[in-house]
Amino acid sequence: MSKKVSEIDEGFVMKTPRSSMETKTGSWRAFKADIDYKKCITCGICWSYCPEPAIYLKDKKYTVDYDFCKGCGICATECPVKAIIMVRESD
Amino acid sequence: MKKLLLSGNTALSYAVKQLDVDVVSAYPITPQTTMVEKISEYVANGELNAEFVPVESEHSALTAALTASASGARVFTSTSSQGLLLMHEILFITASMRMPVVMGIANRAISGPINIWNDHSDIMAQRDTGWVSIFTESAQESYDRTIQAYRIAEDERVHLPVNLNFDGFILTHTYEPITTIDDEEVLKYAPKKQRNLILDPKNPMTFGGLASPDYYFEAKYQTVKALENSLSTIVKADEEYQKVSGRGYGIFNNYMTEDADTIIFSMGSIGGSIREIVKRMRKEGQKVGSFSLKLFRPFPTKEVVDALSNAKSIVVLDKATCPGAIAGPIFLEVQACLKSFNKSIPAMDIIAGLGGRDIGPEEIKTMFNKGLKIASENKVDKIMDFVGVNA
Repeated sequence: MSKKVSEIDEGFVMKTPRSSMETKTGSWRAFKADIDYKKCITCGICWSYCPEPAIYLKDKKYTVDYDFCKGCGICATECPVKAIIMVRESD
Repeated sequence: MKKLLLSGNTALSYAVKQLDVDVVSAYPITPQTTMVEKISEYVANGELNAEFVPVESEHSALTAALTASASGARVFTSTSSQGLLLMHEILFITASMRMPVVMGIANRAISGPINIWNDHSDIMAQRDTGWVSIFTESAQESYDRTIQAYRIAEDERVHLPVNLNFDGFILTHTYEPITTIDDEEVLKYAPKKQRNLILDPKNPMTFGGLASPDYYFEAKYQTVKALENSLSTIVKADEEYQKVSGRGYGIFNNYMTEDADTIIFSMGSIGGSIREIVKRMRKEGQKVGSFSLKLFRPFPTKEVVDALSNAKSIVVLDKATCPGAIAGPIFLEVQACLKSFNKSIPAMDIIAGLGGRDIGPEEIKTMFNKGLKIASENKVDKIMDFVGVNA
């Protein structure tokens, strides 16, 4: 959605922050991160490495937010107990 | 009003102190060093209540100034030559984010070979970064223009960064008796004006965000138009300053150009020398004139065309080169203006004074003689020539 020059704030300041939350990027993904909770030791390394960040703590369990997970696989690579596997998204 | 013995550098420092700048971030580089030294002294001894940020590079110097400006502070930075080049990417961002940063540039040649002396290659390499760009001819003018710069930059119709160009060593290190105006007068003329949009934890906003193809073009258009529209505010700021101080400079200095057969078009400190040669050559009956441009960005196209339109020939003096192009940067600009307004005046470019090579009376006379020859023959043999080089 484009705007007219007069509708853009001076210096391209965005008065309503968190607008990136409105742009869901989950559809960009080819692989999704899948956490196997039988193996997960809740160490939080996936949470700290996720560049998005799309992993958050919910009810004492690290959970992937699929609205934003781009499927980069860093969490799967860094997980010390190999609890995260990358699963190909079905078309 | 006090009279002080100051160099170009320390005249700027003194103005910065009077302007009650909140944040100064700068990295020392010859020939700008003494300006930063003086400001840090003012901060250390309590004469200026400001945060002095001793950064590790010019890239950081401008970034710190830009972000401090985003938080609503009045800021100052300064640099020269390689330092200005290191600021390159942040120069664009400062203008695009519409931050009223003021910067002093002690104009110096660009490496290589390494050279610390004056020419205009540093600012010419940064001319399209979107800043208001002013050239001065004396330490007094540098002082006065610094005060004007804040009024221009912080004006709500402008909100753009301003750079002040003063020739390295020729102005930065030459001491002059400077007539200052009182502190109260300075702040009355250039009161601190905050933008509506500032970084504030209580009211968070996004600064410097990503603009997708849906938005980038419009944002860029806004910045380009802002610089174009700043001209009238800049002219007005100078007129108002004249009322306060008795000194005004205009956007150019036009000397004996009305009936001139040839005019030298110059920028910076060389203007005074050229006017002196005009006086001497006029006594010998030669109709020569001088046009010294003060406001380089926004380029006052219409005003330049009007001022030059009576000339029979024009010699543009470039203290920088555009290797591989037809001529130097100022020539390209002047020619584009004249041709666009259907003024067909034979003109040539002279490259001179690179890397601190002195431009003396003989060199200026040589330039005028080339111009007079073009005027009498009504043709240009060489579009670009070099004066003062041992070719």
